[in-house]
Amino acid sequence: MTSTTKKPTVAIVGPGNIGTDLLIKLKRRGVFDVRYMIGVDPDSEGLARARRLGVEASHEGVDWLLKQDELPDLLFEATAAKPHLLNAPRYKEAGIKAIDLTPAAIGPFVCPVVNLTDLRHEMNINMITCGGQATIPMVHAVSRITPVSYAEIVASISSKSAGPGTRANIDEFTETTSNAIVQVGGAEKGKAIIILNPVEPPLVMRDTVFLAVDADIDKDAIQNSIHEMVAQVQKYVPGYRLKSDPQFDDPSPLWGNKGRIGIFLEVAGNGDFLPDWAGNLDIMTAAANFTAEQLFSTGTK
Amino acid sequence: MSKIDVRLNDTTLRDGSHAVRHQFTKDQVRNIASALDKAGVQVIEVTHGDGLAGSSFNYGFSAVRDIELIEVAAQAVKNAKIAALCLPGLGTAHDIREAQQAGASMLRVATHSTEADVSIQHFNFARELGMETAGFLMLSHMTEPAELARQARIMVDAGCQCVNVVDSAGALLPETVTERVKALVQELGDDAQVGFHGHQNLSLGVANSLAAYNAGARQIDGTLRALGAGAGNTPIEVLVATLDAYGIETGIDLELILSAAEDTLKQEIPFMPLIERDAIVQGRYGVYNSFLLHAKRAEERYGVPAYKILRAVGEARYVGGQEDMIIDVAIRLRDEMVSN
Repeated sequence: MTSTTKKPTVAIVGPGNIGTDLLIKLKRRGVFDVRYMIGVDPDSEGLARARRLGVEASHEGVDWLLKQDELPDLLFEATAAKPHLLNAPRYKEAGIKAIDLTPAAIGPFVCPVVNLTDLRHEMNINMITCGGQATIPMVHAVSRITPVSYAEIVASISSKSAGPGTRANIDEFTETTSNAIVQVGGAEKGKAIIILNPVEPPLVMRDTVFLAVDADIDKDAIQNSIHEMVAQVQKYVPGYRLKSDPQFDDPSPLWGNKGRIGIFLEVAGNGDFLPDWAGNLDIMTAAANFTAEQLFSTGTK
Repeated sequence: MSKIDVRLNDTTLRDGSHAVRHQFTKDQVRNIASALDKAGVQVIEVTHGDGLAGSSFNYGFSAVRDIELIEVAAQAVKNAKIAALCLPGLGTAHDIREAQQAGASMLRVATHSTEADVSIQHFNFARELGMETAGFLMLSHMTEPAELARQARIMVDAGCQCVNVVDSAGALLPETVTERVKALVQELGDDAQVGFHGHQNLSLGVANSLAAYNAGARQIDGTLRALGAGAGNTPIEVLVATLDAYGIETGIDLELILSAAEDTLKQEIPFMPLIERDAIVQGRYGVYNSFLLHAKRAEERYGVPAYKILRAVGEARYVGGQEDMIIDVAIRLRDEMVSN
């Protein structure tokens, strides 16, 4: 039983861009006691930074973490898909709940504004991908009004914000995001595309959502649903916004006689670790943090 | 087969896919691949213009799935290898396996010219499957020779056997082609070949290909009647004639490649890409050629001239794959026009 006075303890595995951004958020929010930052490289800048922020850091990996007398209540995995596939059974065996920020997709997908329901008994929760967190709320906003036969998302991120884990996992990104567009977003079929752009100054994360819909749709109801959903996401990602009004295009034979809705999004980050252009980091870590807080706000067993 | 000095890879059925809005039919692919094969072309690339899994809202849906077109082409040829293109972030290892099973024996992996490290898993996988490999450093004009060579090295270390300097915007000049190809040849030595993929925006496709050959490129891309994105590609039949005039052996029969252009492709697809205002703007401002028809569609939809959209896209330095930003830019320009 967690006492009401003691904060739940957490560890972050993976001291890269995402792990560091998450660490800064968790420290600022103050809901959790961040005990450990785990890496594998003794020269890691991320581990050094964690130590400066007063967090115990080790380069000896998950082996080190699992040897500690006091294990964390919750762990965030911010490495890459392959390491998480190896680590996840060990966390479970040790009784540590894991929120997975890699596209390993072992546990159920969570997009907080869509399906953050009763997850207290899950030992592993997957946060999909940055592109998924940015776009699935929009897929859902439309699919709850009218059937979406196909949803396609294009995520453009700055090259600087894509660390080695993201780059090594580009196939996993597209596959995990596509699956979540269907399972969480509610489209019948899904497709995901990611683009890295090296322009300087770096571009702010952009996400486009294209949805195939029938000819006779209630445009007003769809617009309202989209705007309402944007406001929901803004509660944890203030820099999330529509770049223009949703675009409705008439059915075309080139589109299997479906109409198309185009939704153009911009995701500016909170500037916690990397500057505001790295909205892809922010939406991922903010969603993970929000999910963690919800899990523990109702008490945990 | 007699010894050749340079291998010309035909990409009519891949880059040309853009020019026909990805509407190639099985009959067209069968006839064109067969004619190229008879002319002695050794590599024929067949894929959606944007690579495997490119069929989409963002890039245009294929009339026939490219995996099926690969299968048709593979059955139509006697000697040529069928190649497929993959852009990481869109096509995956799963798609590569499907292409290989359909008959592709070569894989070309394309990344933006500074992002080669996203191709590592795809090169590893293609080599495991026993495929020949090549890399595509897209929009090479945006990247300086030394950095381009560093990116080429990343691809080669991952299993890439030839790295192409890809002039996706038709923005390079013979001199800037030469310095890039030389930098790659120097970096790669005997570890891998260097190739060149040109476009016609500044009417330099053949001249740039010749410069690339003289700088050490040993694989060069072209398409029949320049069929390709934007201003079109280096016309392969002109390139064969020009290299022949220089006494450079390609192994391709001039009469038969001219027949493939005139008697096969022209019958199937009568139009040629034009070097007009929009495409010239692309060459001058370094805009990805595949953006052209998307910009023309945005012009129809939003009433903003395509060349203005393309110039704004160039100024924003959007890269290959960001076709969605064409709509975004068109909306912004329309709103500016309305408010002025």
